[in-house]
Amino acid sequence: MLRIKNINTYYGQVHALKNVSLHLHAGEIVTLIGANGAGKTTVLNSLSAITPPKSGEILFEGSTIKNLSADRIVDLGISQVPEGRQIFKPLSVEDNLELGAYLRFRKREGRASIRKDIEHVFHLFPRLSERRRQIAGTLSGGEQQMLAIGRALMAKPKILLLDEPSMGLAPLVVKDIFKVVSKLRSEQGTTILLVEQNAKAALAIADRGYVLETGKVILEEKASELLENKEVQRAYLGKDKKEIWER
Amino acid sequence: MQIWDPTYECMPREDIEQLQLERLQATLNRVYKTVTCYRKKFDEAGINPEDVQSLSDLAKLPFTTKEDLRLNYPYGMFAVPLREVVRIHSSSGTTGKPTVVGYTKNDLKTWANLVARFMTAAGVTHDDVVQIAFGYGLFTGAFGLHYGAEAIGASVIPMSSGNTEKQIMIMQDYKTTALVCTPSYAITMASRMEQMGVDPKGLSLRVGLFGAEPWSEAMRREIENRLCIKATDNYGLSEIIGPGVAGECEYRCGMHLFEDAFIAEIIDPETCEVLPPGSVGELVLTTLTKEAFPMIRYRTRDITSLDYSPCDCGRTIVRMKKTMGRTDDMLIIRGVNVFPSQIEEVLFDIEGCEPHYQLVVGSEGSMDVLEVHIEVTENIFFDEMKRQRAFLEHVERRINSVLGVSVTVKLVEPYSITRHEGKANRVIDNRKR
Repeated sequence: MLRIKNINTYYGQVHALKNVSLHLHAGEIVTLIGANGAGKTTVLNSLSAITPPKSGEILFEGSTIKNLSADRIVDLGISQVPEGRQIFKPLSVEDNLELGAYLRFRKREGRASIRKDIEHVFHLFPRLSERRRQIAGTLSGGEQQMLAIGRALMAKPKILLLDEPSMGLAPLVVKDIFKVVSKLRSEQGTTILLVEQNAKAALAIADRGYVLETGKVILEEKASELLENKEVQRAYLGKDKKEIWER
Repeated sequence: MQIWDPTYECMPREDIEQLQLERLQATLNRVYKTVTCYRKKFDEAGINPEDVQSLSDLAKLPFTTKEDLRLNYPYGMFAVPLREVVRIHSSSGTTGKPTVVGYTKNDLKTWANLVARFMTAAGVTHDDVVQIAFGYGLFTGAFGLHYGAEAIGASVIPMSSGNTEKQIMIMQDYKTTALVCTPSYAITMASRMEQMGVDPKGLSLRVGLFGAEPWSEAMRREIENRLCIKATDNYGLSEIIGPGVAGECEYRCGMHLFEDAFIAEIIDPETCEVLPPGSVGELVLTTLTKEAFPMIRYRTRDITSLDYSPCDCGRTIVRMKKTMGRTDDMLIIRGVNVFPSQIEEVLFDIEGCEPHYQLVVGSEGSMDVLEVHIEVTENIFFDEMKRQRAFLEHVERRINSVLGVSVTVKLVEPYSITRHEGKANRVIDNRKR
């Protein structure tokens, strides 16, 4: 469904992604793990054209999307849930969700179907339903994350890019959010690319994973195998921290 | 027929290539960081992992040879610390130091799955009783097949090699349905059964998985007739993973090579150039999933060719031909690579039995001349000179069309070709170099 070949992305002089190649099959949950600064978020931002790659190929459903603008990419079916939620804090929960459907409004899609999708988000996240008129900035961290995901879903994405959904949240809340992420795939067939610091939680729901290190992919494996990989355990799962082996 | 891992065995070509590129890049990034030998080799060649942006860029990377493994004996080529290695195997080392290979926990799981794939392709299921008559030990064959068969859920009899009579007794009593051994040992077993008066038709045996040495189609027919089984071939080498690189399906039209785990290339062993699909040459393998012991462009010295056309079994991965011998056996006649096994197949097809023959290479001026000497047997001896000449011309034409090189065929007296431990010395090269 999505095929990336050799993308190179820069922040000014900084070469943040070096020849990254990866793919997503329809209906897969794929996770990117790696330390801070490894380039995980940059992969998502390269896909959504927030920081377009300088070179390489991005094919979505067979056609290139590399030089398209961010709104075109959303329109094609790739939505990003940014790190730190980035919801519209002064607006209500409902208004946030409506803004997620902005492109659909502009394309003069009927209010009724958008309304239906808002209700669907409330069905996924009953907590949001209870707070539908509340100002988004007053929500708890977990609720804000749910809202950010809900807002992305309002664009009816085929691929959802999730950036650090567990950041700063209590373990129980994280569990809830990951449950919904799994449900999005199993019930709606949404393809998900998940960036996570919490590698263990991410690998538990993902089918496959890529390990990034200083802008390069160093491993591609089934999630179950990455959980078994000693290097991954040591570097990202917090096991065996003391004895780091060096050649 | 079953397919063990349809996701990876039946991928569209495009998906295979994407996955191979991703895994190749990841492997290169890893080995460049962790294996000094590779870093040095890449630096010397002036190439960085980042220069590999497509599968064809693989050709820019240096080869790895058995010599590299010897220089880095024992653990120098390992990409993980020894504490993560859970199994060590080793090659025989008949010529110099042995080579040492290691496996992480994940590697063993990957390996068992690859073996399960070709065993399933050969028709083994969880209902089978698998007798493993490979030697258990440092050699990868026995353990590879053992864990693969267990992964399938078959009942495994870890017989190990030798003690042929006991093998046959167990085969009868335990109702072995699948036999794992070298093809030559299968023949030994068949002969012993004949001596013991055991009728193979009375056994439960139905399939044989033979590997670890090259064997001809002629040998396959002989094993199938004498043991009343379906004989399948599989391919692997310990430097790459052991058995589990490739194996035949029920159609037996080449061995399916597991491309999600290995990239196969065919090179000209003399010029080291990569040859187009279908060409006969040396197989070069790169591992894509190995953690402990990744290999980049390893020269296997095995001669084969690759066929990318899809197989009727549904697998889309490339098929490699039965190995035709080792690069060490290769002759270069007027610039054309010639393997004794190619001539052997032609002779077998014509005569219907394995002939005793010898290849004599000489030179006439600057031209190489290849003569094929065949020992006379009853079915190729004719009273009439005319028929005799017609026969020789027919053989010459057939060999010519297979090799692309003209040869002279001569008949020689029975037993005039010197035997060497039961095997004839196949090649005499009289050229001055």
